[in-house]
Amino acid sequence: MDQTMTTLDPKTLAQELRGDILRMTHAAKSGHPGGSLSIADVLAVLYARFLSHRPAEPDWPDRDRLVLSKGHAAPALYSAMARTGYFPVEQLLTLRKLGSPLQGHPDRLRLPGIEASTGSLGQGLSMAIGMALAARMDRRDSHVWCLLGDGELQEGQVWEAAMSAPKFKLGNLTAIVDLNGYQIDGSVSEVMDIEPIADKFRAFRWEVCSINGHDLAQIEEALRNAKKRRELPLAILARTVKGKGVSFMEGGCEWHGKAPNSSELAQALEEVSRG
Amino acid sequence: MAKATRAAFGEALVRLANTVPELVVLDADLAKSTMTADFMKKHPDRHFEIGIAEQNMIGIAAGLALSGKIPVAASFACFLVGRLETIRVAVAYTGANVKLAGTHAGIGIGDDGASQMGLEDVAALRALPGMTVLQPADELETNGAVEWMLRHRGPVYIRLTRQKLPEVHKPGYRFQMGVADAVYEPAKKPETHLQATVFASGGTVGEAVAAAEDLGKRGFLVRVMNAGTLHPFDADAAVRAAADSQRIVTVEDHNVTGGLGSAVCEALAERGTPVPVVRLGVREFGESGESAELYARHGISAGHIAEACLRNLG
Repeated sequence: MDQTMTTLDPKTLAQELRGDILRMTHAAKSGHPGGSLSIADVLAVLYARFLSHRPAEPDWPDRDRLVLSKGHAAPALYSAMARTGYFPVEQLLTLRKLGSPLQGHPDRLRLPGIEASTGSLGQGLSMAIGMALAARMDRRDSHVWCLLGDGELQEGQVWEAAMSAPKFKLGNLTAIVDLNGYQIDGSVSEVMDIEPIADKFRAFRWEVCSINGHDLAQIEEALRNAKKRRELPLAILARTVKGKGVSFMEGGCEWHGKAPNSSELAQALEEVSRG
Repeated sequence: MAKATRAAFGEALVRLANTVPELVVLDADLAKSTMTADFMKKHPDRHFEIGIAEQNMIGIAAGLALSGKIPVAASFACFLVGRLETIRVAVAYTGANVKLAGTHAGIGIGDDGASQMGLEDVAALRALPGMTVLQPADELETNGAVEWMLRHRGPVYIRLTRQKLPEVHKPGYRFQMGVADAVYEPAKKPETHLQATVFASGGTVGEAVAAAEDLGKRGFLVRVMNAGTLHPFDADAAVRAAADSQRIVTVEDHNVTGGLGSAVCEALAERGTPVPVVRLGVREFGESGESAELYARHGISAGHIAEACLRNLG
């Protein structure tokens, strides 16, 4: 089916995403659980309720586009895709293995349904702008979603892109920023502070909406508003917790790029299954 | 009539606009210099002015391509290649059908000086898997190259000159991607070998033809091959030339490392072809001056090419 996939329950899907992220990174013995867990709730609501797509027809021209600019959160995206029917859930455990379409960072040419190959931070928003321009030229209803990290906002290209989207009045573009507060070398505020981030997007003439990125009702309302007709691009600033759902991964940057071992996996799965 | 290949490129885009409805053009505040300004005026709804933000322009072009458009993103060659990593991931690795047009190739731009000269672009871009690198030598070839690149599905880099170039192709010439063509053959057949075959591309092709004509008057037999496609390179043409020439000379308005001269040597070495090669190319960053003065000062003028064809290699 296309349009909204109302058969999926966002809360259940978020729980599945978290379990998948943990199992995948454990099996791969590497990957980025922290920043994947922080966007699990946003992705779950998006895939369950708002993303207009046809998993059986990944190149359906009228689909929404999702560009995962923070490409290291690929496990979360792969899980959302598998859980909505792009490929078998069992394939998730091939993450990062030789020959797998589930590359360490998203690869459009290897996995149908990936809109853009990403992983070099800062590039996704520009590509999303191009997709939004094309949708408007072709008079399609496609909405373009771009998911960025907070550390990623230190990249200059993000601000070149942010400056250009309002010029083209891209009301069909929504940037979601995962503000989990940590990057590889430490907290975002210490490494290179990006605040005041809402003011920055407003100064660049974006509409801005700040939410708790783990409150499903708030996410749902923000994404519903995003799809309403508007003049300007929208930035949804989602405050999140890195490693959300697993007590020993929450906060800090220790679990940015480290996989759980078997005993850590068991405890983590136990915690996320309790919800 | 002599014409800058950037001018021929700009005219080709306008001419092809109606037959290629997916064509869109992007600029980074240099439309008047890249010669896309006429397209911008005639098709404002299909032109995107991105401002002085080349990596954003390249990324937006990739997004447009991933949604079915055929974007041509234009800037100076040096400013495009400065965003190599965006070209690498958003265009080449993603497999986006983006056409990058790098104008102001080489020291031939003249007065503006080193910071505006694209001198390492071919070396960088031919290292990207799936990227085609074209450098037409005159108006006819530019027309064919632009038509080809808009038909081709996949990333293409086309390298264009600021300065006017003489016509080296005869009416009826048809551009063939991946094929180096002889633009000058000596008047008579050699008894055994030609003195040299010169491989040139873009701005140096006219220089090479002038050198060969001059040498011809002095009784030396030299052929000039035009490498309109720099990647993938026509290795067969290099091997064939090596078979009937005492030496190969390469001449490029680009750094001597990584461009045409390297491509020729790679082809000859990999085919086990024993022939001396003299590589002429730019070895510095360039500087201000007139185009012809700079070609002379940096060793890629007709005079240098002629000298390289005859030089005692010891």
